[in-house]
Amino acid sequence: MLSKRIIPCLDVRDGKTTKGIKFKENVDIGDPVEMARFYYEAGADEIVFYDITASSDRRAIMIDVVRRVAENIFIPFSVGGGIRTVEDMRSVLLAGAEKVSVNSAAVRNPEIISQGAKAFGSQCVVLGMDVKKVPSSERIPSGYEIVTNGGRTYMGLDALSWAREAEHLGAGEICLNSIDADGTQEGYELELTPLISENVSIPVIASGGAGNIDHIYDVLTVGRADAALIASMVHYGTYTIKEIKTQLASRNVKIRKTW
Amino acid sequence: MIAIIDYKAGNLKSVERALKSLGFSCRITHDKKEIMKAERIVFPGVGAAGSAIADLKELRLDKVLKETFAGGMPVLGICMGAQIILRWSEENQTQCLGLIRGEAKRFPSPLLSDKGERLKIPHMGWNSVRLTRSHPVCKDIRPEDEFYFVHSYYPFPSSSENVLGTTEYGLNFPSIIGSKNLIATQFHPEKSGPPGLRILENFCSWSGQDAE
Repeated sequence: MLSKRIIPCLDVRDGKTTKGIKFKENVDIGDPVEMARFYYEAGADEIVFYDITASSDRRAIMIDVVRRVAENIFIPFSVGGGIRTVEDMRSVLLAGAEKVSVNSAAVRNPEIISQGAKAFGSQCVVLGMDVKKVPSSERIPSGYEIVTNGGRTYMGLDALSWAREAEHLGAGEICLNSIDADGTQEGYELELTPLISENVSIPVIASGGAGNIDHIYDVLTVGRADAALIASMVHYGTYTIKEIKTQLASRNVKIRKTW
Repeated sequence: MIAIIDYKAGNLKSVERALKSLGFSCRITHDKKEIMKAERIVFPGVGAAGSAIADLKELRLDKVLKETFAGGMPVLGICMGAQIILRWSEENQTQCLGLIRGEAKRFPSPLLSDKGERLKIPHMGWNSVRLTRSHPVCKDIRPEDEFYFVHSYYPFPSSSENVLGTTEYGLNFPSIIGSKNLIATQFHPEKSGPPGLRILENFCSWSGQDAE
């Protein structure tokens, strides 16, 4: 049977990772390539890079990172953050990423999903969704609204209908980030995640809120997620990927145990 | 030199990078002469069967592949390259290369797990392979090793003799197939971590003689 995936997420600014201390002395925690290699060897099933560079030469910096990562790890990885055009997608994929994720650019221009899927295949196109809980209304029947700008801008778009539309347009996967849960370390959003996962036929990666192994267990079982995105839990050395996987496996979650 | 067949089939560089990391020299090429004089061939591919075959034919690589296979050169098919070596694909109703008898079939919909849960298509992520026959390319692969898959169709050779390994996803499908000097994996060894690299390494030292 297919294994559930455990995916560390690395934020990259100006070619350097922004989080991560205390887990191994000989790893340069600022170097995304070394961090990626570390997680590759530690048993990550996939790695997500999120580019938070603000400068204008951001793309050249990130492409160089992607190229060096691709030479060093032999599992899939995706790149997101600031992807605005099909050309942006192309340069990231050509540099060696397996997948590219689009988020706010797809809200403004949904066509980027279908254009990307047509040019590179659906398996390369991930829709990133930032979602906040709101009162249910005619406009937002699911009670979950798409937001951008780190949650500051409400887009007037229902999360469930957007997920379905993105699937229809050709997205191959959804990375579902709950802005309410993000950074709390109090657990993933366990109402939103199954709502989306059960209503699309593409895989859903749950993101936001992971603080301990129970949280991951919950989102992969009752949450119906296909994969769990983790950050602080592993970046700060509180848990290793091996520990997480060993515990999940002992609780009968199908997981990749050897590498 | 290993020739990685270039027919616009997507991410060929990941195969090249994986081979180079293992210390093998390889080249991405669609040049007939270069392919014919290679030591071995990797035949990757993503996308749809219809366009893959059309692109191969346009570059006249369909004939080159048939000739090199007939000549005994070791060939490794990956993903789409494990499907279009068969005679037929249900995807776009495509007449394929016919190096192995059989066809590529689509996962049935709805696809259910043994617990009755609806499974998603494509089959995407890590899954294990049960080896059904020993083969030099699968040497030192352990039952618990997992490999990275992304596909909606799977290879289905007519004869079980051509099935070297199977994978469970709603049904038990052939995930490693082979015949003579040809072996093909539905998963991506170049993205499957150390066990995947082991398969690539085994392939690179394989004479092309079937084990049994």
